[in-house]
Amino acid sequence: MTTNVLSHEIAVYENSFPVEGGTYENAGHVSSQIKALLKRMKISKEVVRRAALVTYESEINICSYARSGKIVLRVTPEHVTIEAIDEGQGIVDIELAMQEGYSTATDRIREMGFGAGMGLCNIKNFSDFFRITSEIGKGTHLKMVIRIDKDFDGI
Amino acid sequence: MYLEDIVKALDLKVVSGEERLAAEVLGGYVGDLLSDVMANSKEGDLWITRQIHQNIVAVASLKDHAGIILIQGCKPAADTLDKARKEGVPIMVTDMPGFEVIGRVYNIIAAKKGPDPSI
Repeated sequence: MTTNVLSHEIAVYENSFPVEGGTYENAGHVSSQIKALLKRMKISKEVVRRAALVTYESEINICSYARSGKIVLRVTPEHVTIEAIDEGQGIVDIELAMQEGYSTATDRIREMGFGAGMGLCNIKNFSDFFRITSEIGKGTHLKMVIRIDKDFDGI
Repeated sequence: MYLEDIVKALDLKVVSGEERLAAEVLGGYVGDLLSDVMANSKEGDLWITRQIHQNIVAVASLKDHAGIILIQGCKPAADTLDKARKEGVPIMVTDMPGFEVIGRVYNIIAAKKGPDPSI
């Protein structure tokens, strides 16, 4: 669903981007799109940088572990909200998964420089608000909010 | 310091992004763990790695790196090269081991910046 693009009058943008699971072929594609979109909205560099990072890590997680998923972007004058929703195996122990260095990645994933157990920590560290919920056998839902505050110069 | 100066000084072979060699190099970052590079590298960095798969292009592009140096004779995978050419991300290759590449790039950048005032 796409609402009106951020402008002086209308201040909400929302869009959903599908992410393919089980392959890295297009990994980073959604992050690049979102980064370009936010830049066009004249959102401050720092907010764009953080949004691109949390989107990228979420995208990589879907590519690595889920059957399929999507990234939902919502922008208001105050916040950039990114949700990563996947259909997949889910996370058995979220507390463990949030520990830096812990990963269930296969050797194949690690050989590519992923699966270092840093992704979820990065997402948390670069967000102002972070929530993770997961259901075994169904999937995982991440929600990240980055405050625009005074940095925001798009309106 | 410009990318083309580093390419010349280290005799790097440029395999993609030739049109962006005039970019300014602001610093460097070294790493093969993509999450580490995502979190800690900065805009304008020259990224030195031995990862060759296409995801390096996405990382360099998202982080606005000046370019990527592949060390120790590593060659980019075919799809990496395609993507880097399409997106205009400079990839340079060299037979030099990482330690030497990093040292030389560091010295070039440090010399350009002048002595560290904190020392």
